[in-house]
Amino acid sequence: MSEAFIHLDGVKKIYRTRGEEFLAVSEATFDVEQGELVSLVGPSGCGKTTLLKILAGLHGFDAGTVRIGSKAQPFNPARDIGMVFQQPLLLKWRRIIENVMLPTEILGIPYDVARKRAYELLDLVGLKGHEEKYPYELSGGMQQRASIARSLVHDPKLVLMDEPFGALDALTREKMNLELLRIWGESKKTIIFVTHGITEAVFLGSRVVVLTAGPAKMADNFEVDIPFPRTLDVRNTEKFGEYTRRIYRLLGME
Amino acid sequence: MSRSNEQLQRYALAVLSHLILIAAWHFFVVYGKVPKVVMPTPYDTLQALVTPNYRWFENIAATAIEIFGGFLIAAIFGILCALLFSWFRWLEMFAMPLLVSLNMIPKVALGPLMIVWFKYGIWPNTLMAFAICFFPIVLTTARGLREVEPDLLDLVRTLRGSRWQLFTKIQLPGALPYIFSGMKVAAILAVAGAIVGEFLGSERGLGYLMLQVQVTLDTAAMFMAVILITLLGGILYGIVLGLERYFVVKDARIR
Repeated sequence: MSEAFIHLDGVKKIYRTRGEEFLAVSEATFDVEQGELVSLVGPSGCGKTTLLKILAGLHGFDAGTVRIGSKAQPFNPARDIGMVFQQPLLLKWRRIIENVMLPTEILGIPYDVARKRAYELLDLVGLKGHEEKYPYELSGGMQQRASIARSLVHDPKLVLMDEPFGALDALTREKMNLELLRIWGESKKTIIFVTHGITEAVFLGSRVVVLTAGPAKMADNFEVDIPFPRTLDVRNTEKFGEYTRRIYRLLGME
Repeated sequence: MSRSNEQLQRYALAVLSHLILIAAWHFFVVYGKVPKVVMPTPYDTLQALVTPNYRWFENIAATAIEIFGGFLIAAIFGILCALLFSWFRWLEMFAMPLLVSLNMIPKVALGPLMIVWFKYGIWPNTLMAFAICFFPIVLTTARGLREVEPDLLDLVRTLRGSRWQLFTKIQLPGALPYIFSGMKVAAILAVAGAIVGEFLGSERGLGYLMLQVQVTLDTAAMFMAVILITLLGGILYGIVLGLERYFVVKDARIR
């Protein structure tokens, strides 16, 4: 078997503030293959965002190994990471198309190439015709679509999403879940999706990594054996229920 | 169509309220039989303009130079200081508390000192306008430059963006609304600074003129001077507002 695209082994992170130590992540050990959509699920304080920031190279860690990419699957940490946050964080003085192009400007990707790609991506995320609008003219869900397009515009190999639909209303959130699966299917990116929604985690993930809090610890890592494309109906299947129950049990909520 | 109609209506109402004030002023004086030395009519006030020996033009020019000059120097130095603070954290930690302390000084109280240092004239009054304008600009600009979403910072960092890119693409445009709100406050203060300077000591300017005609109880000229001072302030404010519309128009519409 060849090397996994992402390999974490015993990753541990401790925050130190005013002499006190706080264990943010421990025993995080899992692999992610290229093209997978992995849900990181757990309650607040379980270290899922910290883990995401470690993967993004924004945080260091205290023990363990983190490797992204391999000889067969090259990975350039400066160009191959896309990020989506809980808030869309679009720059309000820029048009949508210009917002989507922000990463390409930072990376120095030629304007024409970048603009063409941004147009294609806005089409992909369902924002065709909104390119020249300003963020305030778009709803929260649409803004988040634009921020997903922004995370893909420089064609990164890995997209990190930190509760991207957490601030949306329940209906929009379900719709965005379906949209994300479609976008993932078409863009064939590796996505790591942080959420505290158990249903959302199982519905989206080809694999689910469960983290528990107090003390922060990785508790489970399993493949979700429900074929894609998935529709909202799969949530009513017996298998889906088993997966969610499995997570609830780990989080001590059964 | 309906939008421009609505706008027209708004302008019309705004003009109307001003006209009503002037009319009310007129009728109050006429029917209240208010003596002219207490309050002139709007027409008397306008008449004061043609009194030749008041040298209106020269006095307006002097006050305008003080207001606009003081404001401009304050805007340039204020924004520059704030930029340096955002680039060099140690400088901010060093100088910002000092600025906050200096801001506590009632700038008007410095007037007599300025006269000791710089004698009468346009220069100390400009300096007074500057002193009073500088702080709101530097404080709000520094604040605006600080207010960067931590997540956006992360986004730029994952792409190995430079500090300059962060500054030009996110920090500065994000700070513009703050810069303009500081400048709007400063525009109003600049007028007060210049006039107080002239009251304390000067040989030209609308504030100086007011003190001169006070002796002769030419209330109409005093009214005219106040109106002209207000207009000067209004022009400065209008310019700042116009620049804000031009540079932060997309931002302003969010409100």
